[in-house]
Amino acid sequence: MTVNTDMSVRVAAITQVADKVKRFRLVREDGQPMPVFSGGSHIVVGMREGAVLRRNPYSLMSAPGDTSGFEISVLRVEKSRGGSAFLHEKVKPGDRLTVSQPLNLFPVDQRGRKHLLMAGGIGITPFMAMMDQLDRNNRAFELHYAVRTRGHGAYWRELQGRYGEQRVKVYCDEENLFIPTQAILANQPLGTHLYVCGPAGMINGVLGQARGLGWPAQNLHAEEFLAPPLGKPFKAVLAKSGKTIEVAAHQSILEAAEAAGIDAPYLCRGGACGQCETNVTACTGTIEHNDHFLEPQDKASGRKIMICVSRIDGSQITLDL
Amino acid sequence: MLVQGIKSRPVYSGIKADPNAVRHLFVLEGEGALALLDQAATLGQDIRSKTEVLYASTGSKPREHGQKLAALDFHDYWEAPSVAVLLNRFGVMLGTAKMGIRIYISGTEGFIGQAVQMAIDHGIDHNSLMTEHRGSEARRVQCVHCKGITDNVRTSPFTCSHCGLPLLVRDHYSHRIGAFQGVNVDAEAPGTAPPPEELFP
Repeated sequence: MTVNTDMSVRVAAITQVADKVKRFRLVREDGQPMPVFSGGSHIVVGMREGAVLRRNPYSLMSAPGDTSGFEISVLRVEKSRGGSAFLHEKVKPGDRLTVSQPLNLFPVDQRGRKHLLMAGGIGITPFMAMMDQLDRNNRAFELHYAVRTRGHGAYWRELQGRYGEQRVKVYCDEENLFIPTQAILANQPLGTHLYVCGPAGMINGVLGQARGLGWPAQNLHAEEFLAPPLGKPFKAVLAKSGKTIEVAAHQSILEAAEAAGIDAPYLCRGGACGQCETNVTACTGTIEHNDHFLEPQDKASGRKIMICVSRIDGSQITLDL
Repeated sequence: MLVQGIKSRPVYSGIKADPNAVRHLFVLEGEGALALLDQAATLGQDIRSKTEVLYASTGSKPREHGQKLAALDFHDYWEAPSVAVLLNRFGVMLGTAKMGIRIYISGTEGFIGQAVQMAIDHGIDHNSLMTEHRGSEARRVQCVHCKGITDNVRTSPFTCSHCGLPLLVRDHYSHRIGAFQGVNVDAEAPGTAPPPEELFP
């Protein structure tokens, strides 16, 4: 089973950085230093509201070598399942949360000669830490950052101030400025790696253009955390645990299992890492695969499910859990 | 005598032109020319017009693969007088190349190893290179004792061309230096090395 290495933290500061974006600085309650991490890492933040325990992944945006605290930025999501609304409206400086150890599913490829970063909206956060690391290591990089309005875009002014307007380019929908992806991708020196973080449409669009221009798969990197989509309630029979649980419309299978006291393995909770892959032994209904991890043939087989983000449209699923 | 079953042993999966590439660079040696000639008829005008070929004929000179390559309507064809000169030109081309180029390497293992190493030195992930082994099985081997590299090793054990020790050839391969590793076979009792076996014709 998973070893719990979560750290208890206190909210040291909350800053409104843009419309609907707040930055949270978290420091350890026991006064110990935070672990050093690598740019692109995320943590899973645990928040308790009454009987409800929520765990959401957030990219770390503070400097990777800063062990005095972790910083995350949280976008207030309209159709939130509660995590971002709770952080935005309920959490105050001094409150307690838990955070997991940092985990990196979106690392810099250190062999690269140049690093091309493309961010959309709140997708900027992993690049904040990545750029700090790249700059400190004297690596060539440039950021292309798309925002809806200047007011929505967090940090662009600060980043241009720190790294210069040549390395940090901002494109604003409202001003009819869009990332000229085709021209940028067609003119990169050999050994360039591309990193994309933002909405699914942007990631798929940029990576598709890069592939079409002959970029090899090894040089393409993307990260998108998925929130478990809402759905219909159903029953999950956990064969190994000998329990039957109800998965509510707003819950993931993983959350429902945890609420029933079952210690299921997970890492990212966003459909990216593959840790929570679970075998399906029976299902009355259809599986709604929402992850980025399983191969299409695995999804089609109906024998595997990523319980952090996927669910079923039906009455009951039996899992090897 | 050969030590096998080592994971670092390279696998050469074959060459197939990537239709998405904006530039195709074939880096070929000896019988490696056939890796391109065998599929030349299937390559469309679009790919041929974006294809550049670097070739060193080495031991295959009498078979005139170079003339056949030169006769095809590739964007560019250049024949080098030796592998060393070819690798030098390859390095210069990589230094100014852009993303979107696809690199295909074929020839003996020793040649592939050196060309892959050159590409890695220019920041390319070796998994994005396409390679195809053609021609002799002869190996490029580094002596783990004196670090000297011997090309075209056909037997195991063989005598290190630098320090003279009899070396056992292992499947243990260094991607960084593009060579197999050779280890002294009679260290405990010098003079008792078994006779060389021709394993890499």
